[in-house]
Parts: sequence; structure tokens; C-alpha cells
Amino acid sequence: MKLTSLVLPVGAALLLAGCPGDNDNDPVVIITPPPAMMAFEISVTNLTSAQPMSPVAAYLHDGSVNGWRFGMPASVALEELAEGGDGNAWLTMAQDNGAYSQASGDGILMPGAQQTVNIEMLATQGLHLTLATMLVNTNDAFAGVDGRTLADLAVNQSFTMTLPVYDAGTEANSELAATIPGPAGGGAGFDSNRDDVDYVARHGGVVSLDDGYAQSALLSLHRFDAPVARLSVTRTR
Amino acid sequence: MFIKTLTKGITISTLLVGVAAPHAMAQTLQLTVTNLTQGIYFTPILATAHDSQYHLFQSGMVASPELQAMAEGGDIAGLATIADSIQAISAANPAGGLLQPATSTSATLENVEAGSVLSLTAMILPSNDGFVGLDSWPIPTEPGTYTLHLNAYDAGTEANDEVLVAGAGGAPGTPGMPGIPGDFAGMNASGVTSEEPTQVVHIHRGNLGDTNSEGGVSDVDSRIHRWLNPVARLTVVVE
Repeated sequence: MKLTSLVLPVGAALLLAGCPGDNDNDPVVIITPPPAMMAFEISVTNLTSAQPMSPVAAYLHDGSVNGWRFGMPASVALEELAEGGDGNAWLTMAQDNGAYSQASGDGILMPGAQQTVNIEMLATQGLHLTLATMLVNTNDAFAGVDGRTLADLAVNQSFTMTLPVYDAGTEANSELAATIPGPAGGGAGFDSNRDDVDYVARHGGVVSLDDGYAQSALLSLHRFDAPVARLSVTRTR
Repeated sequence: MFIKTLTKGITISTLLVGVAAPHAMAQTLQLTVTNLTQGIYFTPILATAHDSQYHLFQSGMVASPELQAMAEGGDIAGLATIADSIQAISAANPAGGLLQPATSTSATLENVEAGSVLSLTAMILPSNDGFVGLDSWPIPTEPGTYTLHLNAYDAGTEANDEVLVAGAGGAPGTPGMPGIPGDFAGMNASGVTSEEPTQVVHIHRGNLGDTNSEGGVSDVDSRIHRWLNPVARLTVVVE
């Protein structure tokens, strides 16, 4: 797991001073408390049959840094994540837009497996989580959640929810090998050309060769239903 | 069954008209319906807050003729008339026609009697007799914002042949789909099936479709016109 967030120095100022007007030598200790920190353990479980997921990209923000807007065109950064599985530009965009802290998972999240990222940051009120990961044996499908509040989580509390599957709307669901970056296709990922509806919506699923689409690089095992992932978030600090 | 319930209900409500006390507590509901799909259209929506003894539809029950007219042709007039007859508070066709994929529409229901339930229907296109539905959600008395996710149902009244019969396919009892909005309508399909194996309201199995726009078994495009549940989000603000 990679921690890209900035951890501020946890310095406790320690002041020793004699107590004024006091004749003995007992020191009075004044401790300035260290800045309060919050930490979250964010785990995603891949619930699909044969859709590896790209490294989970996650960031915390005040609720105003949307990862996407339903029914609106995807950002180019989201397109890179959804078509090619590369969330770096998307996380950079979030940072530029004022996200507090972020992290991305280590490697591919395989079907049936779980990936955890940890984010630690200065305690802040009104935190929200945005997270996304691509289903790599698709044209531009991704799972995620945008702006889920973390404000109701006390230390050692957690919540679990399932994640829907979205279609970035930036690439037609051709299912052609040349357009599927995952192992089922071995093709190209991000392509700046937009030949689809150009709005983010829920994904309708893939068709596959086995279901009568002769040009599809996908097989029955690559099909999926909703939900495609499970998210668990625990506040550890 | 719906018809029997309705008949009984009309009788009861008719009897009660003269003696009904003013509503002790009325609620206002702000509704927002979002079409979550990428390529499916909703025909006019009917959202209605009503007494819990009634149902617009029920899973596992035979569709009423009014529900069939909605599910096969998008015509909500019959259901709206029923709703009016039971003193329901309704919003009919808030989107003013089709609700496009990935778009939302809003409606306000005022003077809803506390303890009512909320139901919603709209045909989904392209389909033979598919609809997005909510059956009798108990409206909370606690003010707040509530989010519901709605699934696609099959009215069980028509075989899902997926053949486009423009216009005429919407008439109850007539095979075929009445329309395929958007740019991906096929033609000359031979038909997926001629049977409706489950003639009660049930969760829709989804469109099959094919990738042959000039023939094949289906006039819907398997890459465009499939969906996964849920197909709609309903946000209810109880004031």
C-alpha cells in the first residue's frame, strides 16, 4: 500500500516551568497536545467472477471534490482510470481540487481478493471518501463511490457497503480485444477519442462471445452483475 | 389480487367519503427520480402516495389491465384514474414525456396523509412489458431524506420477443415493443421468444438483444440496451 498523504509532525511541545510564587521546586508540566490525527482503513473486495480491478484509488475531501458527476461527461482523468486502470491523474486532479489526502492500492485487485489502503491525516470535520477502481476486462467500466461521508464514524467504528458498477461513457462497449486492457484482451487502455454517450451512468454489463457477440474478446466468465465490489471502512484513529 | 382489492377498496372509500375527518397530519414529499441506466428510457412516471390497502402492482400477482397498459405501452392514464379514485396524492408524468438515461426529474406530493405508502411505475424502453417499480414503501413520519433504489419488473403480460412494432406494439395484448428511443433501433428481428412463461409480475430477466441491427433475433442492441438492477434511484424528502 502506498501512502501519499502528508503526515504532519506529531510534535508535543513540552514546557517546564516553575510555578510562580511557590517556594518548592516541584516543576509544573504544561503539555501542548499533539495535533489530533484521524486514520482510516479502507478495504475493497472484488466480488466479480473474472474482472480483475485496477489499484484502488481513494481520497478524502470536504465533500466538494467530486470524482465524477452522474449523467455528466467524465473528466479526462476519470477516463484514464476507467479505460486504462491508471488512477494517478485522477488522484492528482483531486489534490489540485482541494482533496486533503489520498492513497492508491498496491497492484491489481484480483477477483475474490481484498485490497486495503490506509489514509491518515489531521483530524478534520466533515470528511468524505471518494474511491474508484476499473474492471479491467471491460472498455470503460469502473466501481466506486463518490462523496460518502465519514463524519459519522467514531474511532473503531466501521461501515460496509456494496459498490455499483459505472460506465464512464467515454468508450463504446465494443468488447474488441484491441480495446480491452485486461488479460482477456491485452489491448490498449486509455484512448482520448470519445465514441460513446459521454455521460457517466450505471453499466449495463458485458455481452461476451458466449452470449452471441461474435467479435467480443470476452467470455461468459467475464460477465458480471451488480454489485461488483464490497467496501469496508474502519476508522482506526 | 389487485382487481379484487381495488373493487373492495372503491366500495370502502366511497362509503367513507362523507364521514372522513380532516387529516390529522399531512406530509409533503419532494421526490426525485433518477434513471440510472446508460441506454434505457422511462416512459411517463406515475408516483402516488396512497392508503396501504391498495397496490399499483405486486410481485407474484397478475397485472391489472391498467398496469398492463402502462407496462406494454407506457400509458399511465388507467393507473392515474385508479389512484384518483382512492384519494391518492399523485404526480403523473413529472418528466413531461421520456426520462432520458442518466437524467432526473422531480415532483412534489402535498397533503399526504401520515401513514400512507408510496408507489411508482414507469415503462422502460426498449422492452415488451418491462417497468421500473416501487410497491408500497411505507412513508416515514420522521422528516428527512430517504434514498431508495428501484428494480426493473416484468409485468408478465407479454412475451419478450424484442421485436420493434412501432406504436402498435404498445397496445395491450399486441406483441412487440412500441419504440426504441435513441440511435440504436434494429429492424427485421425474428423474435427472441413467443412465450411468457411467468404470467405474474416478476423481476425482469433483462434484455437479450443482439448485434445485428438489420435482422437477428432481437431489435435491441445487446451492447446498448441491457441493464443491471437497480435501474432507478428515488430520493424522498419528507418535510
